[in-house]
Amino acid sequence: MRPHHAGSPRPTGGPRPREDVPGGAPRARQAGTSRTADVLVVGGGVIGLVTAWRAAQRGMRTAVVDPAPGGGAAQVAAGMLAAVTELHYGEQTLLGLNLASARRYPDFAEELAGACGGQDLGYRRCGTLAVALDADDRAHLRELHAFQQRLGLDSQWLTGRECRRLEPMLAPGVRGGLRVDGDHQVDPRRLSAALLTACERAGVSFHRQWAARLSVVRDRAAGVVLEDGTHVAAGQVVLAGGSLSGRLAGVPEAVLPPVRPVKGQVLRLTVPPSHAPFLNRTVRAVVRGNHVYLVPRLSGELVVGATSEELGWDTTVTAGGVYELLRDAHELVPGITELPLTETCAGLRPGSPDNAPLLGPTALPGLLLATGHHRNGVLLTPVTGDAMAHVLTTGELPEEARAFTPRRFDATVRRAPEERPAGPLHGARTEAAGRTGRPPLPGRGEVPEEAPSRPAGTARTEQRT
Amino acid sequence: MADDAFALGGLTFSSRLIMGTGGAPSLDVLERSLAASGTELTTVAMRRLDPGVQGSVLSVLDRLGIRVLPNTAGCFTAGEAVLTARLAREALGTDLIKLEVIADERTLLPDPVELLDAAETLVDDGFTVLPYTNDDPVLARKLEDVGCAAVMPLGSPIGSGLGIRNPHNFQLIVEHARVPVVLDAGAGTASDAALAMELGCAGVMLASAVTRAQEPVLMAEAMRCAVAAGRLAYRAGRIPRRHFAEASSPAQGLARLDPERPAF
Repeated sequence: MRPHHAGSPRPTGGPRPREDVPGGAPRARQAGTSRTADVLVVGGGVIGLVTAWRAAQRGMRTAVVDPAPGGGAAQVAAGMLAAVTELHYGEQTLLGLNLASARRYPDFAEELAGACGGQDLGYRRCGTLAVALDADDRAHLRELHAFQQRLGLDSQWLTGRECRRLEPMLAPGVRGGLRVDGDHQVDPRRLSAALLTACERAGVSFHRQWAARLSVVRDRAAGVVLEDGTHVAAGQVVLAGGSLSGRLAGVPEAVLPPVRPVKGQVLRLTVPPSHAPFLNRTVRAVVRGNHVYLVPRLSGELVVGATSEELGWDTTVTAGGVYELLRDAHELVPGITELPLTETCAGLRPGSPDNAPLLGPTALPGLLLATGHHRNGVLLTPVTGDAMAHVLTTGELPEEARAFTPRRFDATVRRAPEERPAGPLHGARTEAAGRTGRPPLPGRGEVPEEAPSRPAGTARTEQRT
Repeated sequence: MADDAFALGGLTFSSRLIMGTGGAPSLDVLERSLAASGTELTTVAMRRLDPGVQGSVLSVLDRLGIRVLPNTAGCFTAGEAVLTARLAREALGTDLIKLEVIADERTLLPDPVELLDAAETLVDDGFTVLPYTNDDPVLARKLEDVGCAAVMPLGSPIGSGLGIRNPHNFQLIVEHARVPVVLDAGAGTASDAALAMELGCAGVMLASAVTRAQEPVLMAEAMRCAVAAGRLAYRAGRIPRRHFAEASSPAQGLARLDPERPAF
């Protein structure tokens, strides 16, 4: 989405949010307005644009549908490339993809800068310092460090004094920290703009309007009908609509991606030249269980984030969200109170059930996904572009991306990438399905005793409204 | 254990484990953990959730056939808690409410004055109120007196994993309560849950112990087993504690099993 200030939410690109279309998708159809492409990407955020750019580079006629390409969640994101500091138990497979993408960033940034006429992406190899402010947070960070060490990741434990020598603006109460020199940053707004220019220069065509629905002909995705009724035919359609990816009309329910919006509120402060550099690297902490980070750009922008809220399509900036971010950031770096607060905004991360992206072909021939990147969209941009170009040209995901096939959420399979055995997907029914003898849910209708197992994104929300 | 159903607020459950959803690393892990726990009742924080959203925590509970228990997490005043409970009833169509009124962010301990006030208001408003309370026998009795359907004392602060710090108070609460007593907060591992049940709690409520474990699904199963084991032990009745040993094997005549042969 475009950046906006408190109280002016705007929709993201890609498929239009359905509540904006009274009576469902528009049916207008103008005869004779039909265009064709080899690859049609629905959604012009960083993931859609990198897919389109890489496809066009491989000689495919590529088009992007988005009323405002270059928008999306990247307009809000801080742009941390934090594969190591954002490590979580049970997400080692995702770590592999994150690291692969982080390794590609230097070359990717250079190539992209060249392809768009030298625009600066704000790629900054500054590293990250994750600190703890009390004994509980310190224990938490030590556990993370031990986990990183077991996985052979590069991170170094520092005392509180050592942390403050690196970053003198840190609060005196810092009890210790992790120095991760490989977790860098990029400016997602510049990245979006650069990708947009690179796409235009590579010959990608843009349909600057909403996609009304997917067109399916003889059980195959055949293109997209635009809001004005234009039919764009395509050999392959890539759904890259971020958190809206689960809402494109015409997509059969069985292949709708299980993606949900996860709201994040983010603040932007400005470091005046008199205070520069203020911070030299990304600084983050868990302050009594709440995650907070400060990402300093060379331009003087200082990004403070982020909340994580499951509130649907709401992108309101709230008093509580701003308060909590400032409270925690102030505890970490007391001097921020002197900086101008220049922007508050909220965006929607495309969350998937296992926090990992959905990449590659669906069960519907001709329809591919590049969505569900959750917290890692900016980090995963390079590897997503490569993987999608590979699958669009060969029909197969490259080895590094195979665990992220959308097929892992097919109706009969519900397993995290961690636990899925190599080779063909098993037809095992989830242990969760088929539990019996439960009391019916109050006010939400009877639950079938044999609750069918299905992707999270297709739950029966309509019964609740 | 069909003959040992868990009655709570006019409902009956076969599982005595109430789960929370906070801190889960992903919806997928949450779903598998809830399934492994065998829970039939699970809390969701209404202030952090829009019930109309596809693919949310509610969809997970829906799929698993788990009843939703909305809570008022994050409220600091009786007024906020009452408002949150009413919004939850409207959104989910349930009178059940897990009432939390927190005194401060550092300890997350309940504010007893605001809690009692909110409980009274909500009971009068027709809610089935399940209050998260201190392990204070007097406050537990007062909550029961205003009509709460259960009392849910903390073993130790939320997320601390410090277990039951004052088992004696739990015994006092259980002995005097005419409503179910449910351990709420503090369980860090399986033995904490088993201890609560051995002390006579009717159930155990926990979240962090599972969601923040290294292997949440395994810990969920451990908790299911611990609650069931503790309940069985409570019903079976433990033996009295003794100062000296009491041999379990017969001590008489062992040395002369073969009368034809000397023992050594």
